[in-house]
Amino acid sequence: MKVNRLLKYTAKRIVDLIPTLFLVAVIIFMITRMIPGDPASTMLGPQASVKEINNLREQMGLNEPKLHQFIEYLKDLVHLNVGYSYVYKRPVVDLIMERFPNTIILTLFALVISLVVGVTAGIISAVKKGTWWDYVFTILSLVGVSVPVFWLGIMLVLFFSVELGWFPSTGMGDISLGFSDYFSHLILPGVTLATIPMATFSRITRSSMLEVLEQNYIKTAKAKGLQARWIICKHALKNAMTPILTVLGMQVSSMLGGAVLTETIYSWPGMGRLIVDAINKRDFVVVQGTVLFLALLFVLVNLAIDLLYKVVNPKISLGKVAK
Amino acid sequence: METTEKTPSLVKMFLKKMLQNKLACFGLLMIFLIVVLAIFAPLIATHQPNVMDTGATLLGPGQDGHLLGTDNYGRDLFSRIVYGSRISLIVGLGAVAVGSVIGILLGLVAGYFGGWLDSIIMRFMDALAAFPFILLAITLMTVLGTGLINVIIAVGIGNVPGFARMIRGQVLSVKEELFIEVTNSLGAKQARIIFIHILPNCLTPIIVYATMNVAGAIISEAALSFLGLGIQAPTASWGNILKEGKDYLIVAPHIAIFSGMFILLSVLGLNLFGDGLRDALDPKTRA
Amino acid sequence: MSDDSNLLSVKDLSIDFLQEKTAVRAVDQVSFDVKKGEVLGIVGESGSGKSVTVTSILKLLPENARYTEGSISFKSEELLSMKEKQLRKLRGNEISMIFQDPMTSLNPVFTVENQLVEAIRLHAKLSRKKARQEAIRLLQIVGIQEPEKRIKLYPHEFSGGMRQRVMIAMAISSSPSLLIADEPTTALDVTVQKQIIDLLKELQQKINTSIIFITHDLEVVADLADRLLIMYGGQIVESGPAKTIFANPLHPYTRLLIEAIPHGNKKSGRLPTIEGNVPSLSEIPQDVCRFKERIPWIPDQAHEINPKLREVEPEHFVRCTCYKHFWMKEAHEKK
Repeated sequence: MKVNRLLKYTAKRIVDLIPTLFLVAVIIFMITRMIPGDPASTMLGPQASVKEINNLREQMGLNEPKLHQFIEYLKDLVHLNVGYSYVYKRPVVDLIMERFPNTIILTLFALVISLVVGVTAGIISAVKKGTWWDYVFTILSLVGVSVPVFWLGIMLVLFFSVELGWFPSTGMGDISLGFSDYFSHLILPGVTLATIPMATFSRITRSSMLEVLEQNYIKTAKAKGLQARWIICKHALKNAMTPILTVLGMQVSSMLGGAVLTETIYSWPGMGRLIVDAINKRDFVVVQGTVLFLALLFVLVNLAIDLLYKVVNPKISLGKVAK
Repeated sequence: METTEKTPSLVKMFLKKMLQNKLACFGLLMIFLIVVLAIFAPLIATHQPNVMDTGATLLGPGQDGHLLGTDNYGRDLFSRIVYGSRISLIVGLGAVAVGSVIGILLGLVAGYFGGWLDSIIMRFMDALAAFPFILLAITLMTVLGTGLINVIIAVGIGNVPGFARMIRGQVLSVKEELFIEVTNSLGAKQARIIFIHILPNCLTPIIVYATMNVAGAIISEAALSFLGLGIQAPTASWGNILKEGKDYLIVAPHIAIFSGMFILLSVLGLNLFGDGLRDALDPKTRA
Repeated sequence: MSDDSNLLSVKDLSIDFLQEKTAVRAVDQVSFDVKKGEVLGIVGESGSGKSVTVTSILKLLPENARYTEGSISFKSEELLSMKEKQLRKLRGNEISMIFQDPMTSLNPVFTVENQLVEAIRLHAKLSRKKARQEAIRLLQIVGIQEPEKRIKLYPHEFSGGMRQRVMIAMAISSSPSLLIADEPTTALDVTVQKQIIDLLKELQQKINTSIIFITHDLEVVADLADRLLIMYGGQIVESGPAKTIFANPLHPYTRLLIEAIPHGNKKSGRLPTIEGNVPSLSEIPQDVCRFKERIPWIPDQAHEINPKLREVEPEHFVRCTCYKHFWMKEAHEKK
């Protein structure tokens, strides 16, 4: 019965998403076609001749009326075609699909680190409120939310690769060379990307935990004779999860952005790297396609988190009061 | 009578709370220092920021009268960082100004008129918010082209949905109260009341939110410049100094270390100050 | 004092709360015993220290609370010197507790089954399946219909009274020798209140547990308690067998509480006839009768300085001499 209701809710949410996704596509279209500046001449650079530019405009359909362009663009989107790269001479979808798994690996790894470390630090801060532990974690997380990802990445390279030589500074590991090669390549970009969400989770967990620990059901749990550790990990943590989930969506979004910078620093062959390379090669079709894809991904992630929300917190929408 | 008696005590209480908050004071100090750097850059800088000296490239900190050393063109790093603070502040304030003005207007319109106009505006804001912030700026920059004004616009647009959502929420709550109180009042009068009520009502969240967003805008500018999409050489910005520093990481790590340190400290300062502001203005913790 | 029939013996217990730089006394020199199988009612308004007193027995007070003096011994063992580990063996096992607000005392994100089974398995080595059966049996005992079905629900799917029944089921799961009920009916409807009281009475006879029942409403404990403690401002102002006190209330506060019991069906949550409120703990004058300010019509000389508890008839104690004065306000006004 509950599963059924959850499915219904999911379906409703997906339908709700359609206008948003449509507008996302509209925004991308507007950015590329409405804003002053000619994509074709931007792509070809200042040395290009008028003829070359005109040829490309023709190829890209930029000489058609705007409305016609828009309809063509939407048609393409429905067929999952986000454009053709004139630089790579390949459909953008292929390029994205090639890089996408790498970005997911990096982002998921960073997400796991940030959740595990951030939530743990937040719990310790809350439970040991007012002690040195609390102060150290609080200050670290204050600095953590303010640190520029790209600078942190460079500093980690400087310290752990250049000075200590512990981890490689560029590229992605090869799983065929063994797990350690793979993992050692993953660790620096992962930690870099994880820092800001880690600090955010730590702050949220601390404040949320402090509030939960004041609740009556915690007193009940103590009166039951439960161990403090068990009370914190079971009774308090699950209740404290709600605000953590709320910021999770925002964090995943900023991580997808942060991945662009992180991948640039570490030459990680993901979508961020693809975007930056495309920028340098003036291949703006790739930039738009990739950004559109990431925006879609982000919307779906938020939907998933929203559903998770319902599962964690039974009070929301699923239930009848028995009399 | 009551308000004249009340106001100074509230301000006093606010100031007292801010002063008690050591972290907020530290944040304020950081902001103050950066602002001083930006305003008095020509007085503080020891060298011309863009003058190259091929005989003194990549000097370490303190060498040859260069406080923080020199970069690969022999330019004085300290002076470049001092001048770079101007870019950071201009972009930080400018982008938030752009974002808040557009956002506040859209939020007011959406909240006040409601109906389909509200739906369209807010759906549009949802869509805009669906882009990871930095990616939206990157996309805009690829089309707009590099340059200071474009950075301000690109970063500013990313700030719009947040302000719009906040203001709309405030308008709706004020509207609800007013509908109960003055059901028969004329539209024009109501509009006036709403606008008079709304801005003071949302001033607190706007200030807090704007403070935090200035920090975000400074980071965004640095990120765009770091990617080569923002402020172009030879103009010094913390982001493009860091970009250059990255290429000389092994021989001259100080370039990357110091330029990034300034980004970190200014952002940290703004965040700490914003936190303190929020706590001090929060009616829940005021008592 | 401590003979073998005493299950719990609290002696000269004083508790301070640290606030900023000052310490505020919440419980002042409180002594009482609970015998096996006995129901002790502790009555007073909020702020009287009754809740702090019983919460201190399980050492569940907030961090800023300090046990300044006294002792609490349970089955002849001193609780105040016990280590956390030993205390955990008592909590929920030998001594169980039910709290005031059933709406917030159960964890909202776990099912009733989860929370009940957890309590059962904590103190008895049972398989999950056996524990579940036991949980269903307990729910049946506390009067929950269709326990097999209901056990799968979350607390918010229960009404307030049913949640309190679940709390009681949880509390009696280990057959405790002492059950502490801290205003268990205050948050409930009158009819539900009565059901819960009846349930507690029935259970008390069934498993022969001792109960400490806390309330601000004397009526609630009228036919439940064997003995009563009346508390005001952190002190006991009157104590004795319930029958004696109801028949012959002495302290003006007790009389006011009895007066406050509504006649007929009309129910009022607060105490309507007592003017004024319990002064905040930090404002209480230390060396005079603490109730003095609430009965300004009684002349100063009727009170004593540093009033002590005095045994006025066998087992009936009362504090201060002001009880001897003719206490009704109306009587004074008529004069």
